[in-house]
Amino acid sequence: MAVLTYLEAIADGIRHEMQRDPSVFMIGEDIGVYGGAFKLTKGFLDEFGPQRVIDAPISEAAIVGASIGAALNGMRPVAEMQFMDFVTNGFNQIVTVAGTTAYRWGIPVPMVVRGPSGGGVGANPFHSRNSENWFVHATGVKVVCPAFPDDAKGLMISAIRDQNPVVFYEHKGLYRKIKGEVPEGEHVVPFGTVRVVREGTDVSVIAYGSAVHMALEAAIELEKSIGLSVEVVDIRTLVPFDEEGVLRSVRKTGRVVVAHEASLTGGFGGEIVARISDKAFTFLDAPVKRVAAFDSPTPFAPTLEKAVLPNADKVAEAIREVAAF
Amino acid sequence: MKLTNDIRRQLLQNMLMAREFDNAMLRLYRQGKAFGGVYSQLGNEATSVGSAYALDTKRDVLFPMHRNIGSHFVFGQDVDTLMINHLARQGSQMRGTDGTGHYADPAKRIYGNVSHLGAMIPVAAGFSMADQLRGVTTVSMTYIGDGGSQVGEVHEALNFAAVRKLPLILIIENNQYAYSTPNSMEFACENLSDRAKGYGMAGETIDGTDVELVLKTCTEAVERARRGEGPTMVECVTMRMRGHAEHDDFSYVPKVLLEEWKRKDPVENYISKIVKAKIMSADEITTLREKTLSDMIAAIDRTLELPYPEAEEGFKNVFIED
Repeated sequence: MAVLTYLEAIADGIRHEMQRDPSVFMIGEDIGVYGGAFKLTKGFLDEFGPQRVIDAPISEAAIVGASIGAALNGMRPVAEMQFMDFVTNGFNQIVTVAGTTAYRWGIPVPMVVRGPSGGGVGANPFHSRNSENWFVHATGVKVVCPAFPDDAKGLMISAIRDQNPVVFYEHKGLYRKIKGEVPEGEHVVPFGTVRVVREGTDVSVIAYGSAVHMALEAAIELEKSIGLSVEVVDIRTLVPFDEEGVLRSVRKTGRVVVAHEASLTGGFGGEIVARISDKAFTFLDAPVKRVAAFDSPTPFAPTLEKAVLPNADKVAEAIREVAAF
Repeated sequence: MKLTNDIRRQLLQNMLMAREFDNAMLRLYRQGKAFGGVYSQLGNEATSVGSAYALDTKRDVLFPMHRNIGSHFVFGQDVDTLMINHLARQGSQMRGTDGTGHYADPAKRIYGNVSHLGAMIPVAAGFSMADQLRGVTTVSMTYIGDGGSQVGEVHEALNFAAVRKLPLILIIENNQYAYSTPNSMEFACENLSDRAKGYGMAGETIDGTDVELVLKTCTEAVERARRGEGPTMVECVTMRMRGHAEHDDFSYVPKVLLEEWKRKDPVENYISKIVKAKIMSADEITTLREKTLSDMIAAIDRTLELPYPEAEEGFKNVFIED
């Protein structure tokens, strides 16, 4: 197994599918000659040519819409949003067209819309958003938020092979920060299964994306400082959601923190808490706490950004509260 | 395409079918048998039929809008299928999840619209792009109105198609009103096809009530697309002779304007032309009209006997399962 960054692992997954399946192609802004704003597609143009690595005008609606049309005609497009913030400009295509096609027509739209999301890197309100939950509520769209390189590759391969539209939220803060062993060649991680990243018995943290790393950091710290045994569950895909995987951990510990980097109100955390309340109420020994961003755009200055986004300390604080209840 | 008398008869037949389908839907609406919106295509027959007829129904692909009933017929769609979809009966391709002309029939190379007009134009472009990547030319024909032309996605799609020289043909049905809003409040250019130059594509404005002119212009557009010269915009000027949908009394349209356009009725004028040129006799026309009407009534009767889909369909197929 090779050690890859999160970014390299995503590229590896896409490359694997492009080598295997001639119907897979990429389309996006500056992905060809330039190799992408984050250099994720570096070398792709040379390897696959301009017919399969398509530099498009700055037109997210056209990029997503043309991808839908190509998918209806037997292709498997992987559309890049240079930043996931700009998916707003392609929102109608994903929600109105792609997300309703299976239901209305029974015809597959095998398409991936992917790109970097998330804050903590000193960008601004328009290059930092965590908007994954918009698509959870859209219906008909699968939503993927990997936290680790091996999952990023395996989930990307699943996303490309899926018969449905998939929005694939990469976290730009993890791109080069997180490295890990990634199986070479074929590596498929199926949708809809949680990954227990760390076993524990006292408190469960249910998280996805960057918040998984916050939870891990908090878990290690709390074990060291007060001997608390914290389980960390990475849900990996929001749609489909592995409810039973989450409940398993809840039944085991009875104390739960739900964490994500996206803002609190209307975030996916609310859905997780509702499911726990409905299906595992009698197992709970404490109210479930949520850790999420303050309900604001993600601000620019480091002081402000640090204050509004969640981090390991905030997760640790929530775990302490839940453990002490 | 050489315009033979046989083609002329087919053009007329398709226009008559569109009109009778329309009349049927209006009757069903008044009888309370058609629910939701009934969007008349009255006045639009020549634009729909003439444009779609320029395509090769075996190779090309149609992304029609809700008023393009005539285009569906040109592509070989049968009345029953359309009626079942419009009335949301069992057997609908959409299982009752959606109605009107929103269905898709891949075997007949028809992909219907969504209510967000303009949204399917990038999709139509992408359909052609897939074949372009395979080295095949598939002309996509799609439609927009004088109102829908102002949607941002239309701009993105046209620029995208022009840059990539996609074989896309956009028919702009300029039927004077976007719901209640007149053209003067929708756009400030003289003709909508003036925009074509800005995209670096071909464009023309023509009389959308003249089926032969629409066919001729669209045939040139198809030939241009097949030569790899990219997209074309054809603005067909016509008149929406009913309200936006049947709930709308269109009192905002001056009566004099309707009178004026009534004289340009695409179906009646074409019948006069065909009779005058002795391509069909008045008797043959009467027979064709009666047959079209009785076929329509028979299809309605068959459709109304079908039940609505089972309620459980509402819980199925949100995703395609592998």
